[in-house]
Amino acid sequence: MNQLAINIHDKFYLNSTDNTRKQVIKNLELTLKNNEFVCLVGPSGCGKTTLLNILAKLDTQFTGTIELQPKHIEPRVGYIFQNPRLLPWRTVRENIQLATGAKTDVLDFFLDSMGLADEKDSYPEHLSLGMSRRVSIIRAFATDPDLLLMDEPFVSLDPPTARLVRQLLMDLWSKRPHKVLFVTHDLREAITLADRLIFLSTSPMSVISEVAVTIPRKERHLEMKIEKFRQQLFIDYPQIAELL
Amino acid sequence: MNSITRPSILALLSISLFLALWYALAIYLDTLTLPTPLVVAKVLLDEIKNGQLPYHLSKTLYRLLISFGIAMLLGCAIGIALGRYKQLDYFFDNWLIIFLNIPALVTIILCYVWFGLVESAAILAVVINKLPNVIVTIREGTRALESELLDMAKCYRFSKTKTLRHVIWPQLHPFVMAATRSGLALIWKIVLVVEMLGRSNGMGYQLHLFFQLFDVASILAYTIAFVTLIQAIELLILKPLDSKAQRWRR
Repeated sequence: MNQLAINIHDKFYLNSTDNTRKQVIKNLELTLKNNEFVCLVGPSGCGKTTLLNILAKLDTQFTGTIELQPKHIEPRVGYIFQNPRLLPWRTVRENIQLATGAKTDVLDFFLDSMGLADEKDSYPEHLSLGMSRRVSIIRAFATDPDLLLMDEPFVSLDPPTARLVRQLLMDLWSKRPHKVLFVTHDLREAITLADRLIFLSTSPMSVISEVAVTIPRKERHLEMKIEKFRQQLFIDYPQIAELL
Repeated sequence: MNSITRPSILALLSISLFLALWYALAIYLDTLTLPTPLVVAKVLLDEIKNGQLPYHLSKTLYRLLISFGIAMLLGCAIGIALGRYKQLDYFFDNWLIIFLNIPALVTIILCYVWFGLVESAAILAVVINKLPNVIVTIREGTRALESELLDMAKCYRFSKTKTLRHVIWPQLHPFVMAATRSGLALIWKIVLVVEMLGRSNGMGYQLHLFFQLFDVASILAYTIAFVTLIQAIELLILKPLDSKAQRWRR
């Protein structure tokens, strides 16, 4: 059993033109339990991406602690960025293999299930945005991560593809559970996927409320259940309505 | 496409026109200082046959390649360092501006005065002239590196060499090619001056000799040989390198 305790007291950006500080995160406390799927829901521009960058150790300029217990394990992080961030001068296959070292059969499995089998030797500039996005999703999945960070990963996918990729994500996650931190502002999507929802305030960002999703996973495909849960959320937590 | 408008045919036509104009002008002026293309061609063949031209050309080419290689390697290393570390850049920016603005002739003279009329002084003079340009170009390239891709590499734990090879180098490549092109064009002009002032072989030395003899036919013959060689480097080495590295583009 392990968990990730996130405790960020203060994170700010310096505005270089007039030397003012803009605080983005303030006293944010959050604990990810083992193998938990957590959705972060909050208005756009509230600092969710900053939080993910801190967790991926891309941003170290903050006061606070990120602690993994037990301590000695260095988690493998998979990060699906808001835009795909593929290397344009490497093919789809090379992009995934460089980042993950995945074996060919694993790679082929992913490419097949994402409908990209014919594109494995294409360069990213020849792909549509939706396809590039799927490649970046494969890259993160194939890392076999301990912690998967997803920054609105399904935004520019068409609904059928988004449903497919969402299904694949859930399959993989149930086969080999790991911690997932999923940023979205689509409440229905969040309810469908998460064990727990965390609502975040506008900047400086902090946690407003945490809600466990009580619908059993078997019943998550029922639109009605999701919708009912959503309606109940607005009644129980009226402050959420302002965020979305 | 019409056969007459094909690029290769057009190139051939334009060169023929150039030669025809030259021929006509030489006949019309009828002076020793502008020989006809035929006379120049004969001198060129003679000089190749008696071994003079290949000898001096190879000497110049050797100096060109050595000084070019040193300038590019040093320039890339320093350029990347300055592009990556702001403090370093602020500190050395003035040095760069000084070296960019020292006239080539001054560096050459000083190198010969301080180190004597030797081969290494000649090479050093060329390197000093070229180095600031390479540094500035590569520094620009390094500043323009995509931080998003660097972050991606860091997140997926790319090693240092992997990052350099797969993330940084492909982005620097166009800048390195630009530095190479402008570098060759600049260096071969400077090499000739260096040879003229302080070496006893090479193209610059020969041209100086022909100048004293007012031997325009030989000067033109050597020029043609040199231009052809530089053009061959562009077509046979640089162009293929370019298209190989650009194949991922749309």
